[in-house]
Amino acid sequence: MSKTATIIRREFLSRVRKKSFVAMTILGPVLMAAIVIVPVLVAQLSESEYSVAIVDDSGLFAQDFPDRDNVYFTPLDTGIDNAINLMHDGRFDAVLHIPEVAFQAPSSLRLFSEKSVNFNAKLLIENILKLEFESMKLSSAGIDEEVLRSIETPVNIQAIRISDDGEQMTDYPEISMGLGFVGGFLIYIFIFLFGSQVLRGVLEEKTSRIVEIIVSSVKPFQLMMGKIIGVGLVGLTQFLIWVFLTLAIVGGFQAAAPEMFRFTPDEEVFISGGQVLNPEELQAQRETVQQHDTLAGELLEGLASINIPVMVLSFIFFFLGGYLLYGALFAAIGSAVDNEADTQQFMLPVTVPLLLALIMTQMVISNPQGPVAMWLSMIPFTSPVIMMARIPFGVSYTELALSALLLIAGFVATTWIAAKIYRTGILMYGKKVDYKELWKWIKHS
Amino acid sequence: MGTLLEAGNITKTYRDHRALNQVSVHIPDQSIFGLLGPNGAGKTTLIRIINQIIGADEGTILFDNEPLKPGHVYRIGYLPEERGLYKKMEVGEQSIYLARLKGLKRQEARKLLTGWFEKFDLMPWWGKKVEELSKGMQQKVQFIITVLHKPRLLIFDEPFSGFDPINVNLLKQEILKLREEGSTIIFSTHNMGSVEELCDHIALINQAEVVLEGNVREVRKSHSTRLYEAELEDVHTPVEQVLDGRFELAGSEKHHGTTTCRIRISEQATPNELLQSLFTCGQLTSFKELTPSMNDIFIKQVTGTYPVENRQITNSFTQAGQQ
Repeated sequence: MSKTATIIRREFLSRVRKKSFVAMTILGPVLMAAIVIVPVLVAQLSESEYSVAIVDDSGLFAQDFPDRDNVYFTPLDTGIDNAINLMHDGRFDAVLHIPEVAFQAPSSLRLFSEKSVNFNAKLLIENILKLEFESMKLSSAGIDEEVLRSIETPVNIQAIRISDDGEQMTDYPEISMGLGFVGGFLIYIFIFLFGSQVLRGVLEEKTSRIVEIIVSSVKPFQLMMGKIIGVGLVGLTQFLIWVFLTLAIVGGFQAAAPEMFRFTPDEEVFISGGQVLNPEELQAQRETVQQHDTLAGELLEGLASINIPVMVLSFIFFFLGGYLLYGALFAAIGSAVDNEADTQQFMLPVTVPLLLALIMTQMVISNPQGPVAMWLSMIPFTSPVIMMARIPFGVSYTELALSALLLIAGFVATTWIAAKIYRTGILMYGKKVDYKELWKWIKHS
Repeated sequence: MGTLLEAGNITKTYRDHRALNQVSVHIPDQSIFGLLGPNGAGKTTLIRIINQIIGADEGTILFDNEPLKPGHVYRIGYLPEERGLYKKMEVGEQSIYLARLKGLKRQEARKLLTGWFEKFDLMPWWGKKVEELSKGMQQKVQFIITVLHKPRLLIFDEPFSGFDPINVNLLKQEILKLREEGSTIIFSTHNMGSVEELCDHIALINQAEVVLEGNVREVRKSHSTRLYEAELEDVHTPVEQVLDGRFELAGSEKHHGTTTCRIRISEQATPNELLQSLFTCGQLTSFKELTPSMNDIFIKQVTGTYPVENRQITNSFTQAGQQ
């Protein structure tokens, strides 16, 4: 076993054995699942009732309030003062006062409560009254409500992607946007998380003064690369465990509650060679579309339309490429300073392109084929994040290959520069290092 | 006795200064070699070049009659001046790791380490994190790691700084034992007193150059000041009256009836002749040569004067013996 492998082994094992790693690895997918499941559970569990008394002086609306979402309405025939007294006695949580002039002056409506008012109840009441007022105004203007409702037409365009060989695929830009953002964000987080682990590791070796003992056995470059690769493998392991666990959790739910995941498997609509559709085919397609008309169906279908293996593989490549590029820079920073506080001045130029990439992700997912997206996905400093954001929308293989090549060239270059800083820096103590100094190290070693 | 390491005309220039200028040293096999010099003289740079941590600009190094090559790091053990361990890593595992970087197999390393740990009473600490160990114990661990792979050449940079006297003695004994077993040892230090009794050979580096090199006894002999110190009681004839031109009185002092005087003898005279003259002055109670210690030679080389000549006579008993 070569010495670099020995170093990689230590860097890897010393990290994956940490409790924090085990906790993060297991909690990650659980947290992700929780983000989806908890709101649903909370909504189901929040059984607390909210009772509202209605004092309707206008006499127009008292019967228009159906009980809904644990909000219960009770029309009262007493005056408002009496109703408020009843509320103080604990009979009601709130009192809605509709004055006689409410219809002409909606701002005269009042909702009294002892404690802070329930927001949902307030929204519900506002919605009900809004509809009531509108329908009253419509009828007083002589417009039939039925006619008006029938004019309202929901429009939902189905986007179809046609590839060069004529294969058509339903496109879900919303899903692609979501996935693009999540992918870009994950890359950003991973590069930052594991890049700063490299920095801290190098700094630890320097401040604990073990580094000179080690470099009397191995070359500084071996030590640096061993650390970068070891930490990178930790990141990769964590990611793969996350993917695996998430798939396992989703699979578990699918088996336990299949109705939640029901959708037609034949979600792709194929049309051969750009042929014009005949009426039967059109009809068939329309039916398929109608089957997926619900939002949930569309979401699941959209997810299914994403090529998961391609996403995972490109994530691994762009994570590793971006990580190696930035990891080398983080290692160089760690070697150049004596303590964590001094890292700040050098962190800025490393964080800025990464942060810029993250900010630009917003723009890229709304225009994934534009020139900005295109160029940012070529520049190695931003390409890992931006490419991940673009891939769900479909990127040509030529662009992917070019971006990948540039990224490889990029990390070879940063590693080369970092190695020069590193081998001078690790043996340099008590010297305040600035950019001029770093440049001299690069030039003279 | 062969030569284990031969450095020829090593030059190393950093951007703003020259750390080593045409430095040549030869380190005899199975010797203890003192690499001396004030702070910043270039000792650590030379050691780092021998350890192949940095490269020399010019010059050659022969290790065991071969030009220095990467594989030689397995046959060198190095305890740097700035040393430490991973604080969060377990002692035993960390020792095995560092031993493997020196080319030992895992099982072999574990076996050797167990032996050393038992000898130094460190076995109960095998599974503990380094940060739980006292500083002295950490230093013992560092020492073990340095010598574990039985290197031909051991390099200790300021080895005893920070060690308590008990551990210093322990280490000195172990180092002498290692030499018996065939190792060659380089001590690099600015504190000559700490290693003088151990060293067979020395090289003195000052301002990037070797200013003195050789066998310790010969170096001291060649730096003889020919200065003697005598103590006399009941002096009836003043010392200066009995001394002729071959002797020079460098100082004299009377204290509680005892006269202490320092006399330098010329090349033509011998100590015996001085003694014969002194017998005629009074009762001679003490007579000794004021040999310069390595530390004195060191200071002479660096500053140009012997401290032994400037010392107050009343203090000379303790100081001369101490160094």
